[in-house]
Formats: sequence, C-alpha cells, structure tokens
Amino acid sequence: MQFSLNRKAALIAFFVTLACVVISFYGSRKLQNFDPALIAYLFGTLFALFGGVYRYCVWLQRPPTWMYFKRTWQFVFTGSFFTHAWFMTVDAVKNLLFQRFIYPRGKKRWLAHFMLASGCMAAFAITIPLTLGWINFTLDPGTALDPGATNLYYANFFGFRVMGFKLGSPLAFLIFHALTWCSWAVIAGAVIFLVRRLTNAGLIASQTFEGDLLPLILLIIISVTGLGLNFSYAFMKGIAYDFMSVTHAISVILFLVWIPFGKFFHIIQRPAQIGAHIYKKEGQKKGMAVCPYTKQAFTTQLHVDDLKTVTKQVGFDFTLEDGTSHLDYSPEGKRDLLALAHLKARQEGGSFFG
Amino acid sequence: MEVTAYKTNMEFFVDMQRCIGCKACEMACAECETNGQESMIHVNYVERAVTIQTTVQVCMHCDDPVCAKVCPADAIAKDDFGVVQSANTARCIGCSNCVMACPFGVPKKEEKYDMMMKCNMCYDRTSAGKKPMCATVCPSQALFYGTREEINRMRPNSTPVNTFIFGQQVVTTKVNIMMPKGSTQLKVH
Repeated sequence: MQFSLNRKAALIAFFVTLACVVISFYGSRKLQNFDPALIAYLFGTLFALFGGVYRYCVWLQRPPTWMYFKRTWQFVFTGSFFTHAWFMTVDAVKNLLFQRFIYPRGKKRWLAHFMLASGCMAAFAITIPLTLGWINFTLDPGTALDPGATNLYYANFFGFRVMGFKLGSPLAFLIFHALTWCSWAVIAGAVIFLVRRLTNAGLIASQTFEGDLLPLILLIIISVTGLGLNFSYAFMKGIAYDFMSVTHAISVILFLVWIPFGKFFHIIQRPAQIGAHIYKKEGQKKGMAVCPYTKQAFTTQLHVDDLKTVTKQVGFDFTLEDGTSHLDYSPEGKRDLLALAHLKARQEGGSFFG
Repeated sequence: MEVTAYKTNMEFFVDMQRCIGCKACEMACAECETNGQESMIHVNYVERAVTIQTTVQVCMHCDDPVCAKVCPADAIAKDDFGVVQSANTARCIGCSNCVMACPFGVPKKEEKYDMMMKCNMCYDRTSAGKKPMCATVCPSQALFYGTREEINRMRPNSTPVNTFIFGQQVVTTKVNIMMPKGSTQLKVH
C-alpha cells in the first residue's frame, strides 16, 4: 500500500497539537503542575491527538463525508440554531452517551458496549487532563500541618481550585478510585464482547484478529494492569508494582498510538451519526423524492440530488439518455427495472429459459 | 476472515425468469449467521396487476462497489475474494447513501438498528467452502452457486453475464445473471 502525506491534514493536525502543547504548558502553570512520571503518556497522548486529527481531516476530504459534514453545519447555522442545538444535544445524549441505537441489536450487546464505552470515556476524561497537567490535586497547607485535623484535599483545573474534599471521606474514596470503577466496567464489557466474538459463527467468519479481537484484548490488559497497580499498593504492599506499571504504560501507549488507525477510530467517527439524523430531518422538510417506477416516496429529494453529485465525484455517472438518472429510482424500482430488462432480453432471445 | 476455505472456482448465477416467488430463499437467508436473523435477499413482484413475474435479487458484489465509494464512514469494504462485505457495525452511521446509490437496489437500511445490512454471500458459509443459504434451497435454481463448467452443462442455451448498463454507467460484478446465449451485457436503461 502506497502512503502519501496529506499536507492539508498534516498542517491542521500539527497546529492542533501545537495548540494543545501551548495550552498544557500554561494550563499546568508552566509545567509546575505537570507530573513528570506521566511523560511517556504525554507523548502517547500528543501522538494520538496528531494522528486522530490527521486521519479525521483525511476522512473529511472524502466526497461523501464532506457532503454530510458540510450539510450538517449548513443546517445547524441556518434557520433556528437553538432548535438544532437542542436536537443535537438530545441525540448526543441518547446515541453517544447511552448508545441507544445498539439496544435493538441486543440487550446484552448494548449493556456490554455501554460499560465498555462509558468506562473508556470516563477514563479518558480523567487521565488525559491529568497527563497534560490540566488537573492536579493539592493538600491544604493549613489542615496538613494540624495533626488533629482531617486533611483537606483540593482538585484544581488549569491551576484554579474547583473543589475540595476531606481525605478519607466517601467522596475521596470515589474520586481516588475513579479509574478502578472504569476498569471494572471496561473488563466486564470487553469480556462479554470477547465471548460473543469467540462463539458467534457469523462474527467468527467476518472478524479479523487485529481489527476486532486485539482491541478487546488490549482494553482488558490496560484495565487489569491498571487494577493491578491499585491492588499492589492497597493489598500487596507494593509487590509487582513495577511490572504492573510498565505493562500498563506500554499497553496504554499502544492504545493511544493505535486510536487514529484502528478500530478505536470509530469513537471519533460516531458523532457523524448525529449529522446523518439532522440531514434526514431537514431533508424531509424540503420534500421527498418519488420513484418514477413505483410512484412511492422513498427518500428525501436532497439525498437523491446530493448523491448524484457525490457519485460523480467518486467516478460514477448514472445519467440516463433522457437526462434523468438511475438514482432517481427507489431501491425497489431499480430491482424491478433490472427484472424487466432481463425479461425483455429473454423475450427477445426467443426463450424464457435456457 | 483470516483462515478461510473460500472456493474461488465457485460462482453465483442468477436467473430471474426461473424465480417462482416461493420465498424459500428469504427464509434460508435469515438463517445466515452473519445477518443475525434478518433476511437480506429481495423477492419482488414485478407489475403485480398484469403479470405473475417475481424477481430475486442478491448483492451482485460489484468489482468497483459504488456502495463503498459513497459511504461517508468507510464502513463497507471488498475483500480479497471480491466479496463486498456488509457494513462494519462499529462504523456505519445509518445514512443510507449505499441504499440509494446501489444500482441494483440491494442494501437495506434496518431502521431499528440505525444501520445498513446487506447480503455478504453468506460469508460464514462461503468462507468455509459451502454454498450460500439461498442457493442451497432454491427449488427452481433461479439461484445457483457452483462452477462455470456446471452451469454451462446445465444451461447450454444461456450465457452468464456480469456487465450491466445503467445509462452512462457500466457496472461489472462478481455475481452473474443468466442471459440468452451469446449475450455480453444487460442494458437496464
């Protein structure tokens, strides 16, 4: 496979990564709040950002993707912005946060995906700002010096105090173990999926190791070694901490580096579904296309017109002799036309069978 | 998809005039493990008021699949055997571009799943060297899966054709349609 650098995408990715470095430098108060132990994770995160933005930009340049991207933002910023913003918010909560669209495909499948996705998302939300030095924790000096007082801990965002909590409190327990809860959720989800992928005949036939099984195995390794870190210092007096810490770092960095190229890119692609929903909703308001053969409405006229443009951009021309297009016909109409053409050919051949 | 016993000498041959509309293929298709109980084959009545003609449509597995080219999510891929696989469930955003662009009207948008599904030539079976479900149950052999020698022997007065004309566009496919002897293409428009 030949690789050629997409300059436009590379430039955008470079500037976004640079902006992230600058924000992190000042956000961590000139590295004062940056944790040097996380340096390897930092480079992994920056690579994932660069690669993710690069691939996203390359992806957007594909004619069908660009058409949906362009249309979505056209609709959002023309007419009633707040109506669209509300629609997008509700859709995002339903389909991105709760992945409602998976539920009809199977309850267990939805539960597994929900645990996997929410565990990963929560872990991203915690670890990425920590790695970039955007979040740090400080001990209140006043309570720290008083042996009789319960120590007070502060969480800071970009160096600004956001919240305080007492050490040893239930809230502190929940916050300090947030990644533990994420790990359990990811392990449960990944194991359900792994069992499904190893037992479902359809999946066995169509899946690939690197595309479908390895991502699950990697997530399990990340979660188990992450839990291991916690278990090591909480219950094992630090035994095997180094091993856990190195394997955790390697697996997480592999995961980060792989995000832009492998299965995990679907996390970045998924919001496009909201665009597709807006496209359909707005298209319906503009009017439906009626199939010249079945005389039934089958999709929006906007969709048909845009597809005529997109198909030409990707090298297809379904224009007919009379200036109309094969794309004006519904799927059912197309099937019937094919059958009629076949019937005609057989009739002209003098025999229906042969 | 990695370890496979796909038989490259086996081909799909469709003869719509032999379709009797029994829909056995629909039932069999829903048994395919890759579809998850959804039937992907289309059996249509054509001009029901004036004719009893029915038509059967499987995915034609185009050499240059327009469905894959118009997919904004890169969810459709053609494999090394020329089989155009159904949408990658993690990627498909349910936009229906493929459904509307396919010149044969094959992909189905499953609204309840917000996802496209289509015939992948029973990949669970064909990758194991078996025949697709529909072809194994078709009583009139409107759907036949076998070697070119077998079909030539069975249908001496027909020619398998895999070139289709849709106005300006010429589409070539992996799946063949049985046409009168000597035909080279089927002109739809």
